[in-house]
Amino acid sequence: MSTASARTPKLGVQAATKVYQTGSGDLLALDRCSLDVHSNEIVSIVGPSGCGKTTLLWSMSGLHRLTAGSILLDGKEITGPRPEIGIVFQEANLLPWRNLDANINFPFEIKGEKPDRAWIAHLLNRVGLDGFGGKFPRELSGGMQQRAAIVRALALKPSVLLMDEPFGALDSFTREEMNRLVEEIWLDTKTTIVFITHSIEEAIFLSDRVVVLTTRPGRVAKVYDVPFPRPRSLEIMATKEVFDLTNKIKMDIVGERRPKAQEQPEHKSAEIVRIRP
Amino acid sequence: MSGGDAIPEFSKAKSGDGQDVSLTNLSAFSSGPGIKSGAEVAAILAVAVVIIGGIELALRILHVPQYIMPPPSSIVYALFDEFPLIAPHLGYTLVELVSGFAIGAVVGLVMAAVITQFPFAEKIVAPYILILVTTPMLALVPLLILRFGFGYTPRIIAVALAAGPMVMINAATGFRRVDSAKIALARSYGASTLQIFWKIRAPMALPMILVGLMIGAIFGLLTAVGAEMVGGGFGLGNRLTSYSSMIQMPQFFAVVLILSTLGILIYVLFFLIGKKWASWET
Repeated sequence: MSTASARTPKLGVQAATKVYQTGSGDLLALDRCSLDVHSNEIVSIVGPSGCGKTTLLWSMSGLHRLTAGSILLDGKEITGPRPEIGIVFQEANLLPWRNLDANINFPFEIKGEKPDRAWIAHLLNRVGLDGFGGKFPRELSGGMQQRAAIVRALALKPSVLLMDEPFGALDSFTREEMNRLVEEIWLDTKTTIVFITHSIEEAIFLSDRVVVLTTRPGRVAKVYDVPFPRPRSLEIMATKEVFDLTNKIKMDIVGERRPKAQEQPEHKSAEIVRIRP
Repeated sequence: MSGGDAIPEFSKAKSGDGQDVSLTNLSAFSSGPGIKSGAEVAAILAVAVVIIGGIELALRILHVPQYIMPPPSSIVYALFDEFPLIAPHLGYTLVELVSGFAIGAVVGLVMAAVITQFPFAEKIVAPYILILVTTPMLALVPLLILRFGFGYTPRIIAVALAAGPMVMINAATGFRRVDSAKIALARSYGASTLQIFWKIRAPMALPMILVGLMIGAIFGLLTAVGAEMVGGGFGLGNRLTSYSSMIQMPQFFAVVLILSTLGILIYVLFFLIGKKWASWET
């Protein structure tokens, strides 16, 4: 049993394919995307915008059904939202009519469970939101809102945390602070994390592996191991190894885009109106 | 099956669709400049005294006959003098307003909640709702009186018909403000359709629902008084026709004063409710 579970990935993405039906025809967002995420691992997914990163994450969360292929959680196919999976959305996604406490209680209300007060208090303390429970989202800064969203996602003690470009809207200092916070939480809980970002530095700072997706349709272009020790200090992040890795990933993303733009320069306007999933 | 999913979107403009609509409407709930000091209060009072006193003075100096325009002092005097006689009629009007509004608001809210769940049905129903909103329900009062007599019934029906569509059209705007990210959040915890309605859609719609209720109540008051003027021997509207036919202008204006107070009270009531429960929006 234990050997079997050691071999079964926490999240197994197998030939995931997703087609959206839009007004202007079908849109292939993900094309036979395969990827394994192991227990206690942080995997970042990077790629050019519109490459289907969010689609992949939403499919992992069970919010979207795949058109073909499957995603397995602990070997069992995901067909709908699962309690073991927590999600941190783009732009904190707090409910503006609830104060912070009520926002964090929201998942428990939906499930009809009693909130685990001690655990929530511990989390709030961990992210530095002690005493802010009565505040409404509009009274909090973007960083604080996202901290609250992280607490909300962790409140149900998920074994997998999916983070969908969570810090994209924050300024770079707040962003670095939030990255350190995620690292600390991971060192604490060892929760498996799938992290979507378009910041390569963020991906390298946080991840054990960085997965690069191709432009739409999204497919796994490359997977990089990030072998640096944790906690990752500023010194580590300033080494040549990190610099080289950043450049390699950048080349993957940019280099892949360039020939396409040269082939069809008349498609410039199409680039602008592109809907981003 | 899978084709039914919408492309996840997070752009600010899209989330909370209809934001611009609600902003203009919700300015009704913004508290305005707010009074800051005693000096401001004094200035506001002074202007009121000057205006009302000026009218009083002008009417008296120019010897304007009472049947054209009674001076403010005699209106206030008539208000207190006649109040025992007017009070029961105020009661009748309130009964019509409250019961008609309650019926109209409940029906309007339920219809808005149901109809917005079925976009196609909404398209079919929309023109009829528009007709209901734009047709003055007062026009139906003679017909209703013919059918139901001179009692409460035709008036309550008229109030309900006037208030209901106003509540519905605004509430529907509120319920249509779907924020896919918030619904996804609820769904990620396994929320049922009913839970999504009560915990996401309803709170998001609340500011617009309150706007609808306020407009509905004011339209209801209008229609109640109008219906009372058409026929039946009771209610504030009936007092208006009765006093004017007897050229009792101070009493007539006393009733008008009561009516405008009612209107202001309706506004203040919903303003306070909005401030308490829907202030997260502004």
